[in-house]
Amino acid sequence: MAYYLRKTGYFVLTLWAAVTLNFVIPRLQPGDPAEIMVRQLSGQGEIDPAQVAAVRAMLGYGDENVLVAYGQYLRQLASGDLGISFTYFPFPVVDVIGKALPWTLVLVGLTQVVSFLLGTLLGALAAWRRNSRFDATISVGSTFVGNLQSVWIGLIVLFVFAYTLGWFPASGGYGYTDPGWTASHVADVVAHGFLPALTLMVTAPIGFILSMRNTMVQVLGEDYIRLAGAAGLRERTVALGYAARNALLPVVTGFALSLGVLMGGSILIESVFDYPGMGRLMGEATANRDFPLMQAILLATIVIVLTANFVVDLIYPLIDPRARRAAA
Amino acid sequence: MSESSAVPRPLPSPRRVRAAHDAAGEARTALRPPRWYAVIWSSRKARIGVVMLSVFLLVAVFADLLSPYRPDDATFVPAQDPSGAHWMGTNTLGYDIWTQLVHGARLSFAIGVLGGVATIVIAIAIGLTAGYREGSAVDDVLSFVTNLALVVPVLPLMMVIVAYSETRGLALLVFVIAITSWAGASREMRALIISMRNRDFVTAARFGGDSMPRIVLREIMPNMASLVVSGFIGAATGAIAAEAGLSFMGFGDPNTVSWGQMLAQANANGALVQGLWVWLVAPGLMLALLMTSLTFVNFGVDLLSNPHLREEDD
Repeated sequence: MAYYLRKTGYFVLTLWAAVTLNFVIPRLQPGDPAEIMVRQLSGQGEIDPAQVAAVRAMLGYGDENVLVAYGQYLRQLASGDLGISFTYFPFPVVDVIGKALPWTLVLVGLTQVVSFLLGTLLGALAAWRRNSRFDATISVGSTFVGNLQSVWIGLIVLFVFAYTLGWFPASGGYGYTDPGWTASHVADVVAHGFLPALTLMVTAPIGFILSMRNTMVQVLGEDYIRLAGAAGLRERTVALGYAARNALLPVVTGFALSLGVLMGGSILIESVFDYPGMGRLMGEATANRDFPLMQAILLATIVIVLTANFVVDLIYPLIDPRARRAAA
Repeated sequence: MSESSAVPRPLPSPRRVRAAHDAAGEARTALRPPRWYAVIWSSRKARIGVVMLSVFLLVAVFADLLSPYRPDDATFVPAQDPSGAHWMGTNTLGYDIWTQLVHGARLSFAIGVLGGVATIVIAIAIGLTAGYREGSAVDDVLSFVTNLALVVPVLPLMMVIVAYSETRGLALLVFVIAITSWAGASREMRALIISMRNRDFVTAARFGGDSMPRIVLREIMPNMASLVVSGFIGAATGAIAAEAGLSFMGFGDPNTVSWGQMLAQANANGALVQGLWVWLVAPGLMLALLMTSLTFVNFGVDLLSNPHLREEDD
């Protein structure tokens, strides 16, 4: 119980820190965001002070006192008000993000889970057949492939599978089918999501492969593995039930960490494939200096990763009872 | 560390100290550990990495000799096939691809070195402070910030900071990369200093009356050097990747050519659809090869800090 209380407390604290970071970033900048915004919208012409004041009020910069502004910001946030988007004026930022969020959640979520399964399996195999040709290929191959730029992979995947072979659509989230839970629309969405997912899947398992291999190599040197082997247990039981199971624990704690990397990668990949998720929205928002929108996306991204981290923390004692006992 | 002065310590006679010192000196020459470069060179991966990295460095240094044109010269006939005059052809904007490629190595090195140094300096400052004051409120705050910075998605954070800035350029890139990427190395520094503080040889030096600066310089720093170097190389690799990502999103340094910008232009102008394979494939491969060479060098550096790895590697 103490474990869960502590983890919940930590989660709340990190959420508060993320929310505060989001408040602080625009105020640390040398320029006045409201002025930048007005200058941007009006071109190079004269800046109307009244306009600047209006924008400042809209952004919540009206109060001179930082603490008052901070309180107002928290109140707005609590009521789900993140401001009005510029690019999608007059729609509230929350609505714009709400439309894009499911696309990214499904894309990144599926990729992350499949990568985790695939990566740990390959890593465990490489460690089990340590110093074999398979292990050498996996280790060196992962290093090189892991250093490939995801946009580069994406562009080549796009060219080969969409333009040359024509197997998959090149861009967008869906084609000419009407949105709804019909078989044709779902198939359409899957076809559009396949290439972005495939691209992310090239690099996403790498971290899991390498960390699984390295921890499992260490675990394989433990006495209980030798004992299990000496006791005559089947090789597969030792590999999966004894070694892989224990090696998995540190890899699981890296789950949330890699999710953050994947969310970053999805920004680039969604831009390449023109996929209607948060990543593409982030590219648009930063290019257009749509400050309310990009800050809200940043906040949402951080909250998603923190929540995933929290969920892993909650599940962790189920797979490693020692964590529960240590905290009690 | 002030408690060292409170510990009563024996005062050995000067002659005994000198004799012990001489004996230790003899033992050291007999059992001298291999030199650092020999250790690194003993790993095949690190050997490959060092050779690859040297080639990239030579290309960056002698970029002007490797190509007769300027990287910002856009006066050529666009979309030419490779020829004697244009080894890799020209792109649709009229730039010579080979020239841009060799000059792109410069920016990658600059961002790797500057971004790597800036990142590792922040990591050392925060990691060492937290480690020295393990368990204190300062450590709690710094460790909390470190753990948070570790999970925050870096790319969107960098993009937001750059979007607010009114200027673009190398300095901004270095600043943004350093301020968002220090957490991993910082956590390792903290863990190392904590384990180091209680090692026997540090305790021995303290009991022997060595001052704190001397302990840090003579006892701890030599043991930390390989971790700092491997942290620096890791940070440099990350910085090169971050520049490529930011440049692709249009936030690069507008005054120079970089491989990330080449990727962005190739994407924006449909390089593959027009059959200009080299324009896209070459900068992507260069980035991956440069980063892989750095990773390989780091395999060798890791052998320095972790001798257990040495016999495993061929």
